[in-house]
Amino acid sequence: MKFTLSWLKRHLETEASVDEIVETLTDLGLEVEDVEDRAARLADFTIGKVLEAEKHPDADRLKVCKVETDDGVTQIICGAPNARAGITVVVAKPGTYVPGIDTTIQVGKIRGIESHGMMASEREMELSDEHDGIIELQSGEVGQRFVDWLAQNDPAKVDPVIEIAITPNRGDALGVRGIARDLAARGLGRLRPLDTPKIEGRFDSPVAVTIDDDTRDGCPVFCLRMIRGVKNGPSPDWLQAQLRAIGLRPISFLVDVTNWFTHDLNRPLHVFDADVVAGHLRVHRAAGGETITALDEKAYSLPGGAIAISDANGVESIAGIMGGAHSGVTEQTVNVLVESAYWDPVQIATTGRALKINSDARYRFERGVDPAFTPNGLDHAVRMILDHAGGEPSHMVVAGAVPETARSYELNTDRVESLVGMSIPADEQRATLTALGFEVSGEAPSLSAAVPSWRGDVQGEADLVEEVARIASLTKLQGKPMTRPAQVLRPVLTPMQMRERTARRTLAALGYDECVTYSFIDAASAALFADEIEPLRLENPISSEMSHMRPALLPGLLQAAARNQARGVEQIALFEVGAAFHGGEPGEQHLLATGLLVGPGPRDLHGTRRAPDVFDAKADAEAVLAALGAPAGAQVMRGAADCWHPGRSGRIGLGPKKTLAVFGEVHPRILRALDVRGPAVGFTIWPAEIPFPKAAGTNRGALQMSDLQAVERDFAFVLDAGVEAQKVVMAARGADKTLIDDVRVFDEFVGGNLGEGRKSIAISVRLQPREATLTDKEIEAVAAKVVEKVTKATGGELRG
Amino acid sequence: MDDLREKYLGRIKEAGDEAGLEAVRLEAVGKKGEVALLMRGLGKMTPEERQVEGPRLNALKDEINAAIAARKASLEDAALEARLAEEWLDVTLPTRPRRQGTIHPVSQVTEEVTAIFADMGFSVAEGPQIETDWYNFDALNIPGHHPARAEMDTFYMARAEGDDRPPHVLRTHTSPVQIRAMEERGAPLRVICPGRVYRADYDQTHTPMFHQVEGMAIDRVISMANLKWCLEEFCRAFFEVDGIELRFRASHFPFTEPSAEVDIRCSWEGGTLRLGEGDDWLEILGSGMMHPKVLKAGGIDPSQWQGFAFGMGIDRIAMLKYGIPDLRAFFDSDLRWLRHYGFGALQAPTRHAG
Repeated sequence: MKFTLSWLKRHLETEASVDEIVETLTDLGLEVEDVEDRAARLADFTIGKVLEAEKHPDADRLKVCKVETDDGVTQIICGAPNARAGITVVVAKPGTYVPGIDTTIQVGKIRGIESHGMMASEREMELSDEHDGIIELQSGEVGQRFVDWLAQNDPAKVDPVIEIAITPNRGDALGVRGIARDLAARGLGRLRPLDTPKIEGRFDSPVAVTIDDDTRDGCPVFCLRMIRGVKNGPSPDWLQAQLRAIGLRPISFLVDVTNWFTHDLNRPLHVFDADVVAGHLRVHRAAGGETITALDEKAYSLPGGAIAISDANGVESIAGIMGGAHSGVTEQTVNVLVESAYWDPVQIATTGRALKINSDARYRFERGVDPAFTPNGLDHAVRMILDHAGGEPSHMVVAGAVPETARSYELNTDRVESLVGMSIPADEQRATLTALGFEVSGEAPSLSAAVPSWRGDVQGEADLVEEVARIASLTKLQGKPMTRPAQVLRPVLTPMQMRERTARRTLAALGYDECVTYSFIDAASAALFADEIEPLRLENPISSEMSHMRPALLPGLLQAAARNQARGVEQIALFEVGAAFHGGEPGEQHLLATGLLVGPGPRDLHGTRRAPDVFDAKADAEAVLAALGAPAGAQVMRGAADCWHPGRSGRIGLGPKKTLAVFGEVHPRILRALDVRGPAVGFTIWPAEIPFPKAAGTNRGALQMSDLQAVERDFAFVLDAGVEAQKVVMAARGADKTLIDDVRVFDEFVGGNLGEGRKSIAISVRLQPREATLTDKEIEAVAAKVVEKVTKATGGELRG
Repeated sequence: MDDLREKYLGRIKEAGDEAGLEAVRLEAVGKKGEVALLMRGLGKMTPEERQVEGPRLNALKDEINAAIAARKASLEDAALEARLAEEWLDVTLPTRPRRQGTIHPVSQVTEEVTAIFADMGFSVAEGPQIETDWYNFDALNIPGHHPARAEMDTFYMARAEGDDRPPHVLRTHTSPVQIRAMEERGAPLRVICPGRVYRADYDQTHTPMFHQVEGMAIDRVISMANLKWCLEEFCRAFFEVDGIELRFRASHFPFTEPSAEVDIRCSWEGGTLRLGEGDDWLEILGSGMMHPKVLKAGGIDPSQWQGFAFGMGIDRIAMLKYGIPDLRAFFDSDLRWLRHYGFGALQAPTRHAG
């Protein structure tokens, strides 16, 4: 919402400076976004006087002028027809930037004669489109700055343009008057009275208006007057200047009037050329598919249910959003229909969104204009038209009736203190509300406030409190300590929140760099990690690279790795802890922790260079699982998902269905698809799958330690190469569950003299006696049992 | 006997290695050594002679033994010196490569924020990132036609054919967690809700995903003045500047009433942002007293309870605190950036250690 200072002063009598006004607006909740100082760019133009103007010897249209300026008399060549001796002009001396022609004036020769500057037209200074000649001032001293002259004589042309952001609740502030009212309530001036115009209708409008029964909820009231015999044309200067200042292009007087009231009183209007309208106007819902070319010259097809204004020719206007080109007024219009209607905000928002039309009218109607002002708003516009363009008005046609908005709310004056924490005297509260247009009755602390018709946003006591506090200024609010828990701080994080943190810090401690990648990825990458991606699809993605919610963290990390590889980074260790999505319903998300190691491994002058392999990934996965409290009994199984190398990956789980983690080499096909140079290994942990300890409490249980000497015995078994080490370990462990404390694999040897398809696995079995030192015989017995169990379970044999 | 002493002490001194030294020892004080032989001769002496010779021989033996021990230690020292001299390494060589991991600023700042609010009695609530439009909008007093909906640049999930429900949204703010937390926990309540949020916007200062933290406190007696204190204390603790000053400015959010934008006093002198000084104000968050309709939507009786709520950008306060210039880089995973702006694994923020 833009307006100029002088426009504001039409409604607000104030001596306040621009700075004061700007600061106050922001404090009131009408946040100033920009103040355009239009005078600044004209600061170098000065006033001069033409002493002589002779024809240029070599050009018929040019004149050689002697101009008196603050630098003395200078010679300026000028092509304007009105350049003549005796007139007071505006001079751009050499070095002055002229915005309208985007040029800095230089001393130059025009047809052989030197020119030391320029005399400017209004258009050249972007004051108007006027370019029939140079400016002739009726007053002004030689050497005076032109902006100073303007400030005294025509301030509207150069006063600052203030732009404010209007929050959606403040439809009333979409008119300059509403802004003035807020400032006056704050005490920054006095709101000037707004007279109700008296229009004497001379005849009955030949055009009647009907509102269909099913449309009355969307259009409660529609007011219309015909004016016969107007003379349309360019608007008066002041009106053009104000519209131009806020970025609107003056079109013709009749149109400009509607635009001006839209911004001045937040009263959107529409004008029809009465001679084009056929028959009567009917306000109705579109069946759907009706077409109209609107004033923006674009064709629109109305959605079913949208409200249209039609005559015998068909649809003439998209109600409350944009008029039609067919019945729009032109310079030739002599008979005009002026419309002022109230449209339901939801209706306008829905249609506006469907048609993608952003007009000033839509913007206002969907934020709420003053319904009670509908007839008077019409008459303000009619008054202005009659005053400037003549004609005679009809009686007002009113279809429907102004909707009832009257309502009152109780305000307990103590409520401001209890809700906001500011102490504001009851009298001040009453005065504030009154200044904002509320009718306040009752005695403090129990007031009753009747809400003005333009404040549709006020819907209860809390809103009244807000108005009082806002006008009093929240800047004055002083902080007051909250009560604090009367106890030592207790932990506030849930067990899952702790797991998320632990996973994150463990991974960082293991040397991975944490990434936060986007939750959305492209369809192709999503499809690599999920069977069905349709439920993950966004309806309106910002780009095809971000079209689906991620089913896993790995694709985002692989893409991150590829970006880093493209920057020349070789060793990459990345992780992310965050949500992945397994569906499109709320809650269909799960926490994952994924780590990724990519690259050839660092060069090591102390050892051999080694690329990260599946056992690095497994080690880190196990470290995180341990940190998260996973039980020691978790098993490693085959059958990780397709994104992993089928032979070099595994699941760590509790039984076949409960997967706590997967690890492995990333499948080469995935690497190729995501443009990552391998090798790459990684892992994913499902922190929520790890069972939570059943018993709460801090007791760790007693430590069972034996002072008796433990015994270690090594065994090597020759097996088929396909037999997994875990099988050997499990079998060995089962040989004596009380005595065997630990079984570790310490060597693997494949092929060689063992023969094709054979391997040897060496284990170390640790026996921990509990009651008495083991005898050789006892040790032999356990050893034999180990051999028996392992050979039976694996089909292998003890290596000789 | 003095000759004997001279002879062996001299030879001990000359012994060049342990073997030589052992030979001297055997010759002198070994079982068949010269001193031993002399000692054996003591038996043939008269008691008077023995009285004199015995102690002398013993003293000689002790002296020789001591000299051998001293020589042995000095030989060992020399050998060690020689070995160590050979074991010289170029210690300016680099070490074995060891990775140093980092924590992303978003995680770090989330933990910092959590620690500070926990100290003020707030716990942490979470909610789904894909939300129903009811939780994201309606329950927060943003009805279907509300212009705020259109202004939020909402991402919608695609709807399966035949599914006539309103499309789910990617939550545009963490505010829906307010509703869920009220439903689950009731009043009184103090929670913060950090997390990812989404808006369809991408330019220099916007990314389609970013992080917010929502805060909410509901009680029978609680006001906007408490909110201001709470935010001021938070900012002083978080930015580690005691003099931080906040300014409340009237604004509008559908879910709070009254609503206020909160500005922080700052200076941009010399192009550097300094908080708590200067004459400029920087908008850092939005806040207000919870709208009665929102309390009601969360199942809390607004005639009995009232509360405040606020929301701020985690990425944004991270940028302000740590001088990180570009939001987009947060999500780019450039290792140079991660290592420069990231935090050590053990730098977990606590209130006692900062």
